[in-house]
Amino acid sequence: MEFCELTIASAQKLLLGHQISSFELTNALLDRIEKYDDKMGAFITVDKDLALEQAKRADQDIADDKISALTGVPIALKDLLCTRGIKTTCGSKILDNFIPQYDGTVVSKLKGNGAVIIGKTNMDEFAMGSSTENSSYKITTNPWNKEYVPGGSSGGSAAAVAAQFCCAALGTDTGGSIRQPASHCGVVGLKPTYGRVSRFGLVSYGSSLDQIGPITKDVKDAALLLNIISGNDKMDSTSAAVDVPDFTHAFDQFKKGSLKGMTAGIPKEYMSVDGIDPEVEKVFKEAKKILEDLGVQVKEISLPHTEYVVAAYYIIAPCEASSNLARFDGVRYGFRGKSCEDLIDMYKKTKSKGFGPEVQRRILIGTYALSAGYYDAYYGRASQVRTLIMEDFSNAFKACDFILSPVAPAPAFKIGENIDDPLTMYLTDIFTLSANMAGIPGISVPAGYSSKGLPIGIQMMANRFDEMALLRAGYGFEKTILLEKKFPDL
Amino acid sequence: MKISTDEVTKIAHLARLEIDVSQKEKMAEQLSHILQYIDKLKDVDVEGVKLFSGAAFMNNVLRDDELKVSPGPDVTLANAPQRDEDFYIVPRIVK
Repeated sequence: MEFCELTIASAQKLLLGHQISSFELTNALLDRIEKYDDKMGAFITVDKDLALEQAKRADQDIADDKISALTGVPIALKDLLCTRGIKTTCGSKILDNFIPQYDGTVVSKLKGNGAVIIGKTNMDEFAMGSSTENSSYKITTNPWNKEYVPGGSSGGSAAAVAAQFCCAALGTDTGGSIRQPASHCGVVGLKPTYGRVSRFGLVSYGSSLDQIGPITKDVKDAALLLNIISGNDKMDSTSAAVDVPDFTHAFDQFKKGSLKGMTAGIPKEYMSVDGIDPEVEKVFKEAKKILEDLGVQVKEISLPHTEYVVAAYYIIAPCEASSNLARFDGVRYGFRGKSCEDLIDMYKKTKSKGFGPEVQRRILIGTYALSAGYYDAYYGRASQVRTLIMEDFSNAFKACDFILSPVAPAPAFKIGENIDDPLTMYLTDIFTLSANMAGIPGISVPAGYSSKGLPIGIQMMANRFDEMALLRAGYGFEKTILLEKKFPDL
Repeated sequence: MKISTDEVTKIAHLARLEIDVSQKEKMAEQLSHILQYIDKLKDVDVEGVKLFSGAAFMNNVLRDDELKVSPGPDVTLANAPQRDEDFYIVPRIVK
């Protein structure tokens, strides 16, 4: 087996069996990044020396029998997770020279478990976008076909996993930013329940929606990573004080009795969404059949407020963003505008030159919706609609264990195709936004390919804190479908 | 809702953004397009529905008020765009 093919689980087996060293593995992946990432653009920062130093330390730990859950395993991080001493840009020029003085909680947890941080991945600026074309640094291309986008906003992380530049990666998901790029790149992406994973050290976009989660080569690795990053954290008051189960037990459940006893709901409103690509529909129907053959009872359910999800989301997220991004004022960190007359002028020059067009657009929408006289009509109403969306899901989960749907209405689109039409881009988020609005977990699992050879995933969403159901069903599905080609030729 | 270029200027000022004159027309058009779509929220009956907030089902988190070592000015000011010893430098705000 090639080094690059290793998952977390398989790498660890070889590392602990002294068949390979973390230095060899890390070095091989760094070579691969050097060889291929120029044209793919998955990474913003790769600190080779630092990665190899961590690998050597891991090898020493293995020799000393001081073994943790990720000892010596190379992991990539989306570039909005604060890493002490490593530049963290959020894909924005405004943070071009920002070097955090602390590690985010998930980063501390990975390091504490012996992981090797191999690099920081490209993303839509401040996680705003569905294609990774909004990065101020570079466009990431889809590893399956370089003319296509990898999805977004965690496009760099998904491309890095699909291109086998790392064993796994972390992304963040505010409206589908883990699940959609995972689907477009043919890898597994899991958005945990809101509150499952601490957001401390994650640069905020929409604080009531953001969640960090794994992007991995298979479902088992998603469970392994989720085990490590989950848990209550006193540094994040919204992190939930609930028990974290051992998520790998989901696989024992599958082995004991296929998926018998599980019920999947298919929202009738999802099936009448305009513009579902026939190839996505075909893959979805085949996936449904596979799950039925595994013993899942599939039934129609209803999420009556589906039609309003995109509209409510594109008020709430920009409102939160306009407030969160006010902190980038050029005073304490990041870029500062040049030749400023006074303080207000400095703020304006800093933000206008530092933020890209999509970020400015969302700040403007949020500022407008929160401005005097409009608050009730926009933010207030959107928040009420959000309550209704949440109730839809609570009712739905009385009748099913998980909801089955496509991830995106179409496979990855061509680079540049939607860049001048923000609303069309927003509408492609229809199947993923709800999970963030309702705070529930969702997973994207590879399910097939388009006629052009682009990957297509399926999504499963479960009730709050029931990631176990997603991992069980996702694992069963993955073990049964056995796609013939898991990774692209670069 | 239709947004004029004057309104773009006004909102941009509130957001402390400066939109280039050549971009204002396009921005007004895009914002109008997005807000027109969002107007569909008016069709939803929200009478008596409570406002949702993501943190609403969480408890308040308190910690003991205890002394800890400060990271110190060198760490705190490490990313300052402009500093003078232990101070951030900003344009004069007192006339």
